Amino acid sequence: MINTDICIIGAGPVGLFAVFEAGLLKMRCHLIDALPQVGGQLSEIYPQKPIYDIPGFPDIKAQELVDNLMKQIAPFNPTFTLGERVDHLTKKEDGSFTLTTNEKTKVNAKVVVIAGGLGCFEPRKPALEKLEHFEGKGVAYMVKDPEKFRDKKVVLAGGGDSALDWAIYLAKIAKRVTLVHRNETFRGAPDSAAKVFDLANNGKIDLILSSDLKQLGGNGHLESVTMVNKKKEELTVDTDYLIPLFGLSPKLGPIANWGLNIDKSAIEVDTTDYSTNVEGVYAIGDINTYTGKLKLILCGFHEAALMCQSAFKYVYPDQKLSFKYTTVNGVNAF
Amino acid sequence: MIKFEVEDHDGNRQVVEAPDDMGLSLMEVLKASEYPILATCGGMALCATCHVEVLDGKDGLGEATDAELDQLENLPEYYPTSRLACQIRIGDLLEGAVFKLRGEDN
Repeated sequence: MINTDICIIGAGPVGLFAVFEAGLLKMRCHLIDALPQVGGQLSEIYPQKPIYDIPGFPDIKAQELVDNLMKQIAPFNPTFTLGERVDHLTKKEDGSFTLTTNEKTKVNAKVVVIAGGLGCFEPRKPALEKLEHFEGKGVAYMVKDPEKFRDKKVVLAGGGDSALDWAIYLAKIAKRVTLVHRNETFRGAPDSAAKVFDLANNGKIDLILSSDLKQLGGNGHLESVTMVNKKKEELTVDTDYLIPLFGLSPKLGPIANWGLNIDKSAIEVDTTDYSTNVEGVYAIGDINTYTGKLKLILCGFHEAALMCQSAFKYVYPDQKLSFKYTTVNGVNAF
Repeated sequence: MIKFEVEDHDGNRQVVEAPDDMGLSLMEVLKASEYPILATCGGMALCATCHVEVLDGKDGLGEATDAELDQLENLPEYYPTSRLACQIRIGDLLEGAVFKLRGEDN
C-alpha cells in the first residue's frame, strides 16, 4: 500500500507540474499512468514535435519539456506507478481515498487529481455482431503472449504496422495465419509489406485483400470468420482466433464510473479551484471541461496552481495557507 | 462566408455557414456549430473522432496527408471519400460541399 498526500492520475505535463505546485505547499505526490513512461501524449505521440506556446520558450521539443518538468519536480521526490491503469476510486469514511489499479496496486491519498489528458488509449473495435460475446473466447485486440497462438488458426485484420508485424511473426508458430485487409496495398513499413507478400506467395500465410470482416461464427468459442470483398462475394474461414488491429483510440475508460459529472468524455469542474462534484477530487488539463475551456498545456499549468491552493485544506486541515513567491522563498526540497 | 451541408448521424442535413478567411478547420466549425464531435486530440490527426465522409465536393479539399491516411485506413469503418475534418481547411472551394459525420459520438 502506497500512502501519499495527493495521488495524481496521469503523468503528462500537467500532472507533472502539479507535483511542483503541490511541493511548494509541502504536499507529497504519487503519480499513476497507464503508459510505461512519463510525459503522456508528449512522449508517446509527438516527442520530437516543437511546441511554440510554452511561456518563456520560443520553441521547445515535447520530450525536452517533459525532461525539464522532471528536473523541476525532482526536489519534491514524487513517486510513480507506471504502466498501470487506475480502475477503482473509493472514498473512505474519513474523506480520504483508495485507488486501485488493474495490477491491484493500491494507493491511499487525501486528495485525488485527475490529469488524464485524452484518457486511456484503447483498441478500436470493428462493428461486428456478437463481437463482444467472443471477446476472450477467440477475439483478442492485442498479442500479449504469442505462445497462445502456437499451432492455432489465426485471422488478423488490419493494414497497419502491427497487423503486418504480427502476420510475419505468427506465420512462424501458428498453424495458419490469414491476414484480411480492406485495400490492395499496405501503408505500413514497405519492408514488412514486402515480407507479407513474400509469405503469401510461398503459401505461408493467406492474404485476403480488398475485403472487410463481415460476420463471426461459433458456439461459445469463436469458430469461423466471414469476410466480404468489394464485389460482395463472401468467404468464410475456420479459425481459433481473430485479432482485429485497427489502432488505438483515446477513451475516458474507468474514470466514467466514478460518479463524476461528465460532459462529452470530459469531467465538469468548478473554475475557482478545478474541483469536481466529488469533494477531494480535482480534474486538471485536457480531461476537464468548463465554459471557455482551452486544451492548452499552459492552461493546465494554471489549473494545477489553483487546484493546489484548494487541495491544501484537505492535506493540512488545521493549517492556514499563506501564499509565498518562489522568488522570496526559493524551492525547499523534501 | 461560405456555405456547405452537414448530415448528422441520424441523416438530417443542415446548411452550415462559416468564415473562409480565418484559417479554421472543418472540425472547429463543426464543434462550434454544436455537432457531436469529440475531437479528442484537438486537431492533430491522432484520434479520428472527427471522421467525416465527403458526399459531395471532394475536389475542393486538397490531398490527405500521410498522418491522416494512416488514421483513416486503420479505422474499422472507412469509405472511399473518408477524411478527418480537422485536416480540412475552410476555404472558398468548399462552397456547396456535403459532409456526413462518421466519427464516434460518445
